[in-house]
Amino acid sequence: MNIVVLVKQVPDTESPRKLKSDDSTLDRAAADGVINELDEYAIEEALKIKEAHGGEVTVLTMGPAKATDSIRKALAMGADKAVHLVDDGLAGSDALQTSYAIQQALGRTGFDIVILGSESTDARTGVLAAMLSERLGVPQITLANKVEIDGSAIKAQRVTDYGYDRVEATLPAVVSVVEKINEPRYPSFKGIMAAKKKPVETLGLGDAGIDAAQVGLANAATEVVDFADAPARAQGQIVTDEGDGGAKIAEFLASKKFV
Amino acid sequence: MPAVRHLPTSESEDLIALTRELAAKELAPRVTAAEREGAFPREVFATLGAAGLLSLPYPEEFGGGAQPYEVYLQVLEEIGAVWASVGVGVSVHALSCFPLFAYGTDEQRSAWLPGMLSGERLGAYCLSEAHAGSDPAAMRARAVRDGDSYVLDGAKAWTTHGGEADFYTVMARTSDDGARGISCFHVPAGTPGLEFDRPEDKMGLMGSTTATVRLEGVRVPAGNRIGAEGQGLSIALAGLDAGRLGIAAVATGLAQGALDTAVRYAKEREAFGRAIIDHQGLAFVLADMAAAVESARATYLSAARLKDAGRPYGREASIAKLIATDNAMRVTTDAVQVLGGAGYTRDFPVERYMREAKVMQIFEGTNQIQRLVISRHLAR
Repeated sequence: MNIVVLVKQVPDTESPRKLKSDDSTLDRAAADGVINELDEYAIEEALKIKEAHGGEVTVLTMGPAKATDSIRKALAMGADKAVHLVDDGLAGSDALQTSYAIQQALGRTGFDIVILGSESTDARTGVLAAMLSERLGVPQITLANKVEIDGSAIKAQRVTDYGYDRVEATLPAVVSVVEKINEPRYPSFKGIMAAKKKPVETLGLGDAGIDAAQVGLANAATEVVDFADAPARAQGQIVTDEGDGGAKIAEFLASKKFV
Repeated sequence: MPAVRHLPTSESEDLIALTRELAAKELAPRVTAAEREGAFPREVFATLGAAGLLSLPYPEEFGGGAQPYEVYLQVLEEIGAVWASVGVGVSVHALSCFPLFAYGTDEQRSAWLPGMLSGERLGAYCLSEAHAGSDPAAMRARAVRDGDSYVLDGAKAWTTHGGEADFYTVMARTSDDGARGISCFHVPAGTPGLEFDRPEDKMGLMGSTTATVRLEGVRVPAGNRIGAEGQGLSIALAGLDAGRLGIAAVATGLAQGALDTAVRYAKEREAFGRAIIDHQGLAFVLADMAAAVESARATYLSAARLKDAGRPYGREASIAKLIATDNAMRVTTDAVQVLGGAGYTRDFPVERYMREAKVMQIFEGTNQIQRLVISRHLAR
């Protein structure tokens, strides 16, 4: 099985995240880059599918040169090889353009299943899986918390507001996962050493057959018009229990429309 | 703020990143409760073993990571920065593997070393006795040859992992020939006659079990002797220098953890209308703490590089142990001072760091013994 897992490098959620004042894009230099957390679950699921059904796991990353750190970690976890889509012309691409660029790269790798985290902790658009499946003309299974593959059939549970739906599709397909799906493994030092010998192919726009006029900040369909710092968190409200604590909690929850 | 490191290879950078991830996700959530309850975290050693962190300085043919001490010790420091008991445990485990690795036969090594280095079998090291700590040649525990086996009798004090370990590297007397009458034995847990006293009720490092090991007619095959008869003390002494570097690294990590906690607190806590780090009196305390941590790190790394180059490093190892543990005592004490009343409570970890630092001036050769070693080198 040809399993492709999409891995994005994002700023560490532990460090302050900022947009640049000149072009309103993410300041990637300001924070340490780490693998997008949900993508670690996607990597784990890809490795599990490989372990159960055989095949090969390819990491596909679109991002600047320093994203190689995240690619190395995915390889150390056990992926077999990687494709790194890196080109200055891609900088500032929005979700629509990213889905196009990844579609083109997938044309080179081929795939039976594409797995990705259901959203990234930086942009949080959560739309890539849907856009990709539309572009590729294959089924999408989003927000999966359980995946089973049987021959060319894929069955999954996707989380909803009311519980979960059971859905089925035929491979090839695009699957986005949530954190309930598994517990990502840690790399090991042996994995780190093995990763050094695994192939990483670097693709520029031309290599991937990407039309430069369709990607990058200047050609984006969406625009960041303005941004502001998140408001400082307000002081919490302290309720003293004078025998009526339960009622006060219910009152508070009702006022916030939780109950 | 994590320590700034200059590492020799990309794999060692990835290794430090892996260690920090494991420390943050596997050690940090457990440390406070385990230290309070005195619970030994065996599962943590399994996790570290599976990640390959217990075998880093050993060659690849035994499943090791073939890493220089310069790298291995920085991994140990990162572990010590989050959980000193585990850092000490990793160092003791490495020490208990050393005699087999360095003096064992090929047969012994292929039989035992892989399980030890993978962390499946956790080690303990039995050298000290109640009356023979700084002077191991005064030991009394005996091993008497009986046909194809040895029978061990005696008591070994202050054994880290005593009662928890899967194997014990035991030094015992095979003749009355003083320092030349000691031999080294591999004793698996579960061997009849291997008993343990109730663990010591210590001031700190409660997550690391310390107990007296009783040898009451413990029979092991003659093939469990490591090295020649009478070679035991020189085997023990050969492992001590590396063990001292291990403790120096753990102590440096402990001090780094205390510094980080103090700086974080000093930036948040306000007095007289500004953060206390902006008051020079405390700012200079923090600066001295940072200088002490960095100089400890530089000192142990300097000794490690000598070791990695195959040069003698005994004097430098003793200097590193002395500097790093004395600095850790001062830095952790100052961290309590920076946090003030809060630092004296168990709501914050710095009082624990201070208790943990104290023992580092005592074990693996007291700092008085380190000064003795250093001064004897000078007198040569």
